[in-house]
Amino acid sequence: MAERMALTGNEAVAYAMMQINPDVVAAYPITPQTALMQKFADFVADGEVDTQFVLVESEHSAMSAVVGAAAAGARAMTATAANGLALMWEILYIAASTRLPIVMPVVNRALSAPINILCDHSDTMGARDSGWIQLFSENAQEAYDNTIQAVRIAEHRDVLTPVMVTLDGFIISHGLEVVEVLDKEAVQDFVGEYEPAYTLLDPEHPITFGPIDFSDYYMEHKRSQVDGIEAARRVIPEVGREFGKRFGRSYGMIEEHGTDGAEALLVALGSTAGSAKAVVDDMRERGLPVGLVKIRAFRPFPYEELREALGKAKAVAVMDRSISFGAQAGPLALEVRSALYGLSLPVRDYIYGLGGRNITLEEIEDILQEALEMAKTKEAEPLVKYVSVRE
Amino acid sequence: MSEELKGYRELPIGGLIVEPGNAVTYRTGTWRTFRPVWHEDKCIHCLFCWVYCPDAAVQVKDGKMTGFDYEHCKGCGICAHECPRDAITMEKE
Amino acid sequence: MKELSRMPELLSPGHRMCPGCGAPILVRLALRAASEHGGVVAGVATGCLEVSTSIFPYTAWRCSFIHNAFENVAATISGVETAYKALKARGKVEGNFKFVAFGGDGGTYDIGLQALSGALERGHDMVYICYDNEAYMNTGIQRSSSTPFAAHTTTCPVGKVRKGKTEFPKDLTGIVAAHRIPYVAQASISHWNDLYRKLQKAFSVEGPAFLNVLTPCTRGWRFPSDETVEMARLAVETCFWPLYEVEDGRWKVTFKPRQKKPLEEWVKRQGRFRHLLQPENRHLLEQAQAEVDKRWEELLARSE
Repeated sequence: MAERMALTGNEAVAYAMMQINPDVVAAYPITPQTALMQKFADFVADGEVDTQFVLVESEHSAMSAVVGAAAAGARAMTATAANGLALMWEILYIAASTRLPIVMPVVNRALSAPINILCDHSDTMGARDSGWIQLFSENAQEAYDNTIQAVRIAEHRDVLTPVMVTLDGFIISHGLEVVEVLDKEAVQDFVGEYEPAYTLLDPEHPITFGPIDFSDYYMEHKRSQVDGIEAARRVIPEVGREFGKRFGRSYGMIEEHGTDGAEALLVALGSTAGSAKAVVDDMRERGLPVGLVKIRAFRPFPYEELREALGKAKAVAVMDRSISFGAQAGPLALEVRSALYGLSLPVRDYIYGLGGRNITLEEIEDILQEALEMAKTKEAEPLVKYVSVRE
Repeated sequence: MSEELKGYRELPIGGLIVEPGNAVTYRTGTWRTFRPVWHEDKCIHCLFCWVYCPDAAVQVKDGKMTGFDYEHCKGCGICAHECPRDAITMEKE
Repeated sequence: MKELSRMPELLSPGHRMCPGCGAPILVRLALRAASEHGGVVAGVATGCLEVSTSIFPYTAWRCSFIHNAFENVAATISGVETAYKALKARGKVEGNFKFVAFGGDGGTYDIGLQALSGALERGHDMVYICYDNEAYMNTGIQRSSSTPFAAHTTTCPVGKVRKGKTEFPKDLTGIVAAHRIPYVAQASISHWNDLYRKLQKAFSVEGPAFLNVLTPCTRGWRFPSDETVEMARLAVETCFWPLYEVEDGRWKVTFKPRQKKPLEEWVKRQGRFRHLLQPENRHLLEQAQAEVDKRWEELLARSE
């Protein structure tokens, strides 16, 4: 039976993992992921899963071990944050290039330096070219739902690409919410048995995994890899619809909230989208034509869906919780502008919330008010603004 | 080795190689400048040559040395050097 | 030997290791010892062995092979072993498998040390074999912590002011023994019987086992390609590379040369030590000899 429980985001994801009952989980602690693995460790200790739980000696080894396990045909998972994700960076690329359907929750936290344990998206954004599918969760319920769907997305025969399920550090990971935890059997049935496309453990068919390429083959291998993540454009909504039919909550690449008749649209990721929904509802009640487009899948980037959703508006405000140093704007804004290329639609980027700096409902309203101004004046200068930074 | 290079759609995913040991089709024998020559009359079939060959190019059948795989032998000379009976000599290719 | 020759060859000819390379001599024996138990999965760290045996679209591996990155073969194979345990317990995989990780001295003594230590500490049922050619050979002969004292490498070259490596080699086998795993051994391709016996022991124990095997490099050490086995033999006979094992914490030297040869017998045959034969560098050779003697005496003292 599905049960409504009061859980933190970390606990919700740990519940999802417990119900998935993967073959192998590698774990290394890092704030704010630690409580997630601790909760999973409790499940292991109580025999609620029979997962082989490996307490590795670094995140680099966590991803390395999980790559080895997945290559051996096991359903393998790990979880991390910030510098842990940064440490496993080279292996992320290897996992994606060798088409291993690994699922990894990432609890979004700022990258050093200075060291900061609080929420921002610099860690996940730093891995955006790694070939991993990246799903952003708005709240604990989504983090739970996304983790379950991620298994189906990753393991889909046309996709076979690892998936990173992100949840905002502390805001979601440590915030207590009411989460509907599904019936364990139903989750097991939804994710199904894992049937690996290939395995090291077939003595009749030994395979060589991870050869060296010279310039005669590398490009073809990379081109082939593109097909996998591109197939996710179709598979993510497919799985999301199936999840909706079974469990009542549907998911796609993006989510539109109050976009009907909206002249100014906000684009946001993660928990901020949740706050923005409240702001949008309030402003619309006051007759202001604003709306929100929440991005769930950042990779593959839903440029078609976004162009359609944003194209009807007159101005767009993007909220970026990370900086891409040296770039014209933040990572999300760059993608949004690229998606809107050719449309004469003013876009402004608001860099906010770095290192856990709080973003208030008032600040979000201010951003939307500015966007409404932009809709009238069509002026997008300056392109980038920093929210609540003391000059 | 002058095979046509495959297009990306024909390749297994993820850079996998699914034919175990297909390196055997690559003729490293062309690397040689000297070749080992077996003097059967002196051979005591100790198989030191076989165990010390980096390329598994010494042929053995039923526990006896039978010759060399010249398709792959690189002519390193370890076999000749280690042979206790000088039953192998290295000669110009 | 004859039985060995009847076993299947799991490393095919046609690989592109240099003529006279010591590493495949080791690998051919290691895969045999592993295969005595069932299926074999070999993980290899980035390096000569990995690169030369898996040039797409060719592979010389007739068993399953995984290459992940440079510093993580121990972690990778620990993941494979864990997957096997999980899948076996769930009835999804049948049969016996042995898991072996190969790393060069670069990938083991240096960059791979952390992953090795972690895997050993966790007690995975795997064998780690270091093929020690005493430098980062694949990238063109750079110094590793295994490189011998006063050896020339491209990053510690012999020049007007500096005369090669200034440190003595790291005692990796000792470090591994300190992990108190069931079986640790040092071996050489020259003493194939001793090596094979140690490989068999390593694959028979339950839990982690480690072998450090000297595999001379004809190009990096600068000697003719037919002398590879002899170079390994001299390293053993000068006691530069003692053959020993540590079984459940008990140290045992497995080969004592009848006549301990002076280090110079080994040094003078290799181009990387050429400078040590000059009178002005004599003191370096003496220092090297003193350290070899010291370590040999220590080993004998702790050995039964």
